[in-house]
Amino acid sequence: MTVSTHTRAESRSTLKDRVIHTIEGGLPLVERPYAAIAEQLGTDEGMVISIVRELLDSGVIKRIGVVVRHHELGYRANAMVVWNVDDDMIDELGESFGHMPFVTLCYQRPRRLPDWPYNLFTMIHGGDRDRVLAMVRILNTDIAPTPLPHEILFSGRRFKQRGARYRGDTSSDNKVVNLLMQTSMDDIR
Amino acid sequence: MSEEQFQGTTMERSLLNDFQRDLPPVPRPFELIARQLGVSEAEVLDFLRKLKASGTVSRVGPVFAPNRLGASTLAAISVPPDELARVASLVSRYPEVNHNYEREHRYNLWFVITAPGRQRILEVIEEIELRSELSVLELPMLKDYFIDLGFRIDFRQTS
Repeated sequence: MTVSTHTRAESRSTLKDRVIHTIEGGLPLVERPYAAIAEQLGTDEGMVISIVRELLDSGVIKRIGVVVRHHELGYRANAMVVWNVDDDMIDELGESFGHMPFVTLCYQRPRRLPDWPYNLFTMIHGGDRDRVLAMVRILNTDIAPTPLPHEILFSGRRFKQRGARYRGDTSSDNKVVNLLMQTSMDDIR
Repeated sequence: MSEEQFQGTTMERSLLNDFQRDLPPVPRPFELIARQLGVSEAEVLDFLRKLKASGTVSRVGPVFAPNRLGASTLAAISVPPDELARVASLVSRYPEVNHNYEREHRYNLWFVITAPGRQRILEVIEEIELRSELSVLELPMLKDYFIDLGFRIDFRQTS
């Protein structure tokens, strides 16, 4: 590799970081969002688009689109349902649960014995508690081969919700988000 | 808006439901949405700005795969009820914390920490433990089983 291609590769990687940082909080809602980002970063629209395309193709970006807040849409009940699943069954069950349309997240996490025996985490949103409980019953009786030890953790107050900031944060932005969040009830997603 | 469930017109519902993914990185993505909905680009932008301002839409943009860019983890604390507000606010003050919820359980405070690396996550947890004088249950993701196709909004269920 020559010196000049090395430098180019390095600057693309730095630029990639800056693009990620800029789009983490969302695209600017203007006609040409990528041109606006490019202007802010001192590069051109085509470069920003090619970086975003690369992030999509490599799976770093899962999707680009409208990110909704369930609560504000009327999904007032939100529960994290945690399950204690045999280690040799967890992949199969995790995938079955993860495919149900009302399951909005499905992760394997470690047990922390003796305090915490649960290793499969699902997030369920519904219009009210009864609907969430009905969905938990579907998972436990129709999808799981035998009923599983589980707990349902309904959400109470929402102290903070916003998209992840992997590339750092600006304090002013954070304050605004905090204010917004405290007056209304995110995602985790 | 925040206390009323969102109803909206057919166009507005479609905008919320049908464009949660596959918004391609092209110079004018909103013009693409507008053409599919048969409205103007300005109307799409105007509507999205309003939904963002009201909190119904958190953002229009990318959703990153967990743990591909940096590290993240889920953490929980069992907080005595009369100290919950204080500990929650101590936790929320960290820019690394992006979600922080009360949940109905002995572990009643649940939050997500994201940072460029694992080291910073451990530092944040240690600081929170020192400042709250409570121990943190840390549950990093081991596997993601969820296929993120966006969230299909059932407007009947919400009304």
